[in-house]
Amino acid sequence: MIEFRQVTKRYEQQFTALRGVSFALGRGEMAFLTGHSGAGKSTLLKLIMLMERATAGQVLVGGQALEKTPRRRIPYIRRHIGVVFQDHQLLFDRTVFDNVAMPLQVTGVPPNEIGRRVRAALDKVGLLKKEQLNPISLSGGEQQRVGIARAVVNKPPLLLADEPTGNLDPALSSEIMDLFREFSRVGVCVMVATHDIGLIETMAQRTLELSQGELVHDGLPAALETGHG
Amino acid sequence: MTVCRRHWRPGMAEARQQTTRGAASAQTPWRDQLRSWFSHHRRSAHDSALRLRNAPLSSLMTGLVMGIALALPTALFLIMASIQQIGGGWEQAGRLSVYLTPDTGIERAEALADRWIENAAVGDVTVIPRDEAMETMRSSEGLSGTLDFLDGNPLPHTLVLTPDPAYREAAALEDLAERLRQADGVDEVKLDLAWLQRLNAMAKVLGRATQALALLLVVGVVLVIANTVRLAIESRRREIIVARLVGGTDSFVRRPFLYTGLWYGALGGLLAWWLVEVAFWWLSGPVGRLAELYNSGFELQRPGIDEVVLLLGCAVVLGWLGAWWAVHRHLRAVEPE
Repeated sequence: MIEFRQVTKRYEQQFTALRGVSFALGRGEMAFLTGHSGAGKSTLLKLIMLMERATAGQVLVGGQALEKTPRRRIPYIRRHIGVVFQDHQLLFDRTVFDNVAMPLQVTGVPPNEIGRRVRAALDKVGLLKKEQLNPISLSGGEQQRVGIARAVVNKPPLLLADEPTGNLDPALSSEIMDLFREFSRVGVCVMVATHDIGLIETMAQRTLELSQGELVHDGLPAALETGHG
Repeated sequence: MTVCRRHWRPGMAEARQQTTRGAASAQTPWRDQLRSWFSHHRRSAHDSALRLRNAPLSSLMTGLVMGIALALPTALFLIMASIQQIGGGWEQAGRLSVYLTPDTGIERAEALADRWIENAAVGDVTVIPRDEAMETMRSSEGLSGTLDFLDGNPLPHTLVLTPDPAYREAAALEDLAERLRQADGVDEVKLDLAWLQRLNAMAKVLGRATQALALLLVVGVVLVIANTVRLAIESRRREIIVARLVGGTDSFVRRPFLYTGLWYGALGGLLAWWLVEVAFWWLSGPVGRLAELYNSGFELQRPGIDEVVLLLGCAVVLGWLGAWWAVHRHLRAVEPE
């Protein structure tokens, strides 16, 4: 689903955000992306989202090499990727329902179909009763769940999450992680960027660790591996 | 989305099938696509109109700026059309006055009239004897007193020729006048073309000036709308970014702003129409009196249905153009970071 082949990303100011990163993530697989802030997690996600382009190497999403994607085709790639942001990126000038409906409106789903799918997504994250509220009146955890509903409403094969539990307490965090695990069980490839080590260890999933732009660990969380060894 | 599917490799398609029913968008048939395209147009148009209504004062301001800028050339064009119509009216009545020498008698005048009526270029000839001319003068206000000081009647006999409709062009009339001048007993032939030509020349100058002004104001209108839409883009930055993140194409993101420009155009056009109507109503009294003093049937022509449709059409197109320009220049810069 996602494949990085010797990907390097250098910014203009001679700052190298990623150096020769290679890994592959299959469908239905779930992985954590971790590392200190500034280690390159966000850059890696941006490369998948086509918000940035690799300086060298290849990024493949769904088998398609992204470096050849012309600008006008970017929206069509993004429609296959659900993204959950740390700051939700919700719009407070419209209801929860309208926020979640956005990816469907963008892809041209007929209006009557939109209602059905938005409610299905909201049901999944347990917010069906709050569809007519403004997201500003919801708690942080609920807002994050609206963000998740929006990310999965058009059933993308790939789900990215950038620090989705950043501002949440442990109980809410694990609730959200359970949601992600559920998605991966039905075949969605899920990648979660986080620096919450405790969370990663309890989840015991594949973990990619970045340090100063290099991939220094790929496998089960380091703590668990030494525990087993 | 069917297009997109071609670019999407099989790996992704399989994954999609596994994820229950997969990325729904890729399976939407074209008929539904078309329907939702229309639906998005309708929604964009509706939302843009609502936004304008929700900020009535600033919408009205922008609309008025546009309305005033459009009303000015519209009014000038209409005035031009009215002036050209008097020009046309007088040209049709363009007559030749033939003044005979003072010593030429009435018999000679009648004889000339009989001869000239045979001429193909002449439609009608009227003889105005000097006494009759004197009476007419005496009856006009202001002159009667002055005329009493004159001994006798200094006026000559006069023949007034109405040219045949086929010979009403300026050149043909000049030609006819020249021939009449050759006749015996003719003192002067007055062809009242000079003032008509002057009027036409002036109308042409005014017409050019109006066109130049219209062009400048049209550019102004486009700039005003472009600036307003630029501000709208700034204030809806977050929304644009989210739309881009979830896969909104450029045309999807553009649409609401283009409708905003279109609505401003419509509003500006309606206000311009209203302003012209009000201004013409305000002017109609004095203009009527002025025309009366000149014995003219001149009146300001109110915009007809054609003119109104043209005005509204132009306004809408200009609004759309302004929005398109703003969108073209500024929307690309709004990208998720």
